[in-house]
Amino acid sequence: MKRVQFSHPLMPYMLLLPQLAIVGVFFLWPAAEAIRASFYLEDPFGFGSTFVGLDNFKDVVSASEYSRTAWFTLIFSAAVTFFSLSIALLLAVKADNVIKGASTYRTLLMWVYAIAPPVAGLVGVMLFDQHIGPLNDLAHALGWNMQIGVNYFDTAFAMTVIAVWKQIPINFIFFLSGLQSVPKSVQEAAAVDCRSSSRRFWTVTFPLLAPTSFFLLIINITYALFDTFGIIDLVLKGEPGNNPVTLVYKVFLDGFRGNDLGGSSAQSVILMILVFALTVVQFRMIERRVHYS
Amino acid sequence: MDRHCDGSGVNSASHVRFFQLSQWGATKMTLRKATGVATFAALAMSSTASFAATEINWWHAMGGRLGEVVNEISTKYNASQDACQLTPVYKGNYEETLTAGIAAFRAGEQPNILQVFDAGSATIIGAKGAVVPAEDLLKDAGVEFNIEDYIAGVRYFYADAAGKMIGMPFNSSTPILYYNVEALAKAGVEAPKTWEEFEAIAPKLKAAGYIPLAQSHLPWIFTENFMSRHNLPFATNNNGYDGAKGTKILVNNDAIKMHFTKVKGWLDAELFGYYGTGWGDNQKVFQDGSAAMWLGSSGSFGGLTKSTDFKFSATYLPHWASVSETGTNTFIGGAALFAMSGKPKAENDCVANFYSFLTSAEMQYYWHQETGYVPITNAAYELATKDGYYDRVPAAEIGIKQLTLPGGDNTKGYRMGFYVQVRDVMNREYGKIFSGDKSVDDAFQTIEDEANKLLARFAKTSN
Repeated sequence: MKRVQFSHPLMPYMLLLPQLAIVGVFFLWPAAEAIRASFYLEDPFGFGSTFVGLDNFKDVVSASEYSRTAWFTLIFSAAVTFFSLSIALLLAVKADNVIKGASTYRTLLMWVYAIAPPVAGLVGVMLFDQHIGPLNDLAHALGWNMQIGVNYFDTAFAMTVIAVWKQIPINFIFFLSGLQSVPKSVQEAAAVDCRSSSRRFWTVTFPLLAPTSFFLLIINITYALFDTFGIIDLVLKGEPGNNPVTLVYKVFLDGFRGNDLGGSSAQSVILMILVFALTVVQFRMIERRVHYS
Repeated sequence: MDRHCDGSGVNSASHVRFFQLSQWGATKMTLRKATGVATFAALAMSSTASFAATEINWWHAMGGRLGEVVNEISTKYNASQDACQLTPVYKGNYEETLTAGIAAFRAGEQPNILQVFDAGSATIIGAKGAVVPAEDLLKDAGVEFNIEDYIAGVRYFYADAAGKMIGMPFNSSTPILYYNVEALAKAGVEAPKTWEEFEAIAPKLKAAGYIPLAQSHLPWIFTENFMSRHNLPFATNNNGYDGAKGTKILVNNDAIKMHFTKVKGWLDAELFGYYGTGWGDNQKVFQDGSAAMWLGSSGSFGGLTKSTDFKFSATYLPHWASVSETGTNTFIGGAALFAMSGKPKAENDCVANFYSFLTSAEMQYYWHQETGYVPITNAAYELATKDGYYDRVPAAEIGIKQLTLPGGDNTKGYRMGFYVQVRDVMNREYGKIFSGDKSVDDAFQTIEDEANKLLARFAKTSN
């Protein structure tokens, strides 16, 4: 690594300051505030609060629904990540092989990406609507008595499909550019050695895609955990009822809908710890297997 | 009641959210119009001698048609006098409006008037010092106040334990039974007064090709008002009015468990339709003519009139004759206006002045006709009667008549903290009963346990 010379010892810190200030104001300070609030039961208007120690955490974890919510979050995140990555990869590989009208296919596959997330969510919700949704009608025609908002599994299914559908285009773009940066010489050399194209893909192309895949894996897990919030909110129409919610959505429900600041803060602290653990796992365990050059 | 009170069908944007797609254009236009009106008003103000008018603002949760009526009321108020200038601001649905009000209060930038819904009333009334009681506000401004002027069902819902009115009731409604007149005629039946009668006629409606019944808000209609209609205690401590400390919910009782066992039976026999917790999803089957009867808000009346092309009418929320022979009055639902504290006397006087304008018989009658919400004063009710409104539209009177039915010890209202979450627990457990995942007994046990835990937690917040 090349040593960069700064004229003044404080200069690098000055350059870092704007970024650090943003992290401090928008992450560290609220995080510290959440940790403090998680030990109190507070009147929403700020008139009184009682220190309750770990009671908020005990109440959260012992609630009958919390484990169901946690399990749903886990399965939902895994399903969304897996399907949006694998379908995007399949589409990218196929689109990469197309020669005639390649740009048309690519544009069509990226189309959804151009739609703003709330609009995409609304379109998805409309497709699954229990009174007028065409996908709902299709399910009924196939003998599946689908009822979004009434049946737990059906709602979970719709959420997953909408979330995957919204995420495929961005994965597709990254995979496609990753595939196109695989050197032609390597591909040709592989083609000489091995006739099976699927074998060539898994032994040569896929490892070369590893940095892209790792990056997308992290992006997609984050997406499934946090950015699906809008889709979930749209599917539930603001009323959770007997429908699946993720841990992040529950923080919002209890804090912003229920005004239970202590309970909501305790949940967000638990979530912070989980995300921290997940990040460590991702970078310690998985990144070691990724070769960047 | 929750978001449903916007019976106009386009409630605070949350009914059927994808309709927003098509509404966005409309909302934008309304916004532009509102801004235009505000700008115009401001211009008009500055060009006259009234630039010294005291400005007050009002955060509300009235979307769609209701929001337009709120703007019209404000325009009328501003035109009626020179001393005060009122600006209404739409803040989203009920929960969003309350949360925005709380955040603003903590930042010291609270509005003069905040509209808070029934389920949030314990939160705002429990926060001692957040609001100036409506009664004090009016008396301080020298406005005559007599709680007896307000109709009986409305009077004490937003009052404290001593009966002092804290929130000024604004949009007040109650659950009533709407029925499709043609559907009932086709099946050769009369609208049911009791659930026993419903059981007798439901198979006939089914045979005539209808879903006999749907409803739009299980916690509000089948729980809170179930208690009120049968004069059953809903919580200890005088339904919670005597304070948050030690208040326990009394929802786990035999009468309501019997009711939900019956409802589950009706659902399985296709005598009842359930479409989830969304207000609009359940109203839709009545609007499109596939359900013969629907339990909704008296405030839905205005919207239904516009959205249906068949003749419909309304009657009282049915009761079980086996539980209560005659049935008692129901609670009001909807929302009230709260004057936030920490404002100068001049502004508070303007709020008081606006309250007297709003509660005048003429304005109440106007609001009643435009929206279907009940008039909150006896004078307004008399005016509507004298004007022959109920002769022309008998169904419009059902809500107010039901609110003024003979009551009992348990029918003036309820006050429980973290109640939005309690309702969420109810909705979840009712969903489990209907999907067959849980027995009625287990579900009510869970509701009781979790609600009591929430109530105990709430009691600790106010220390």
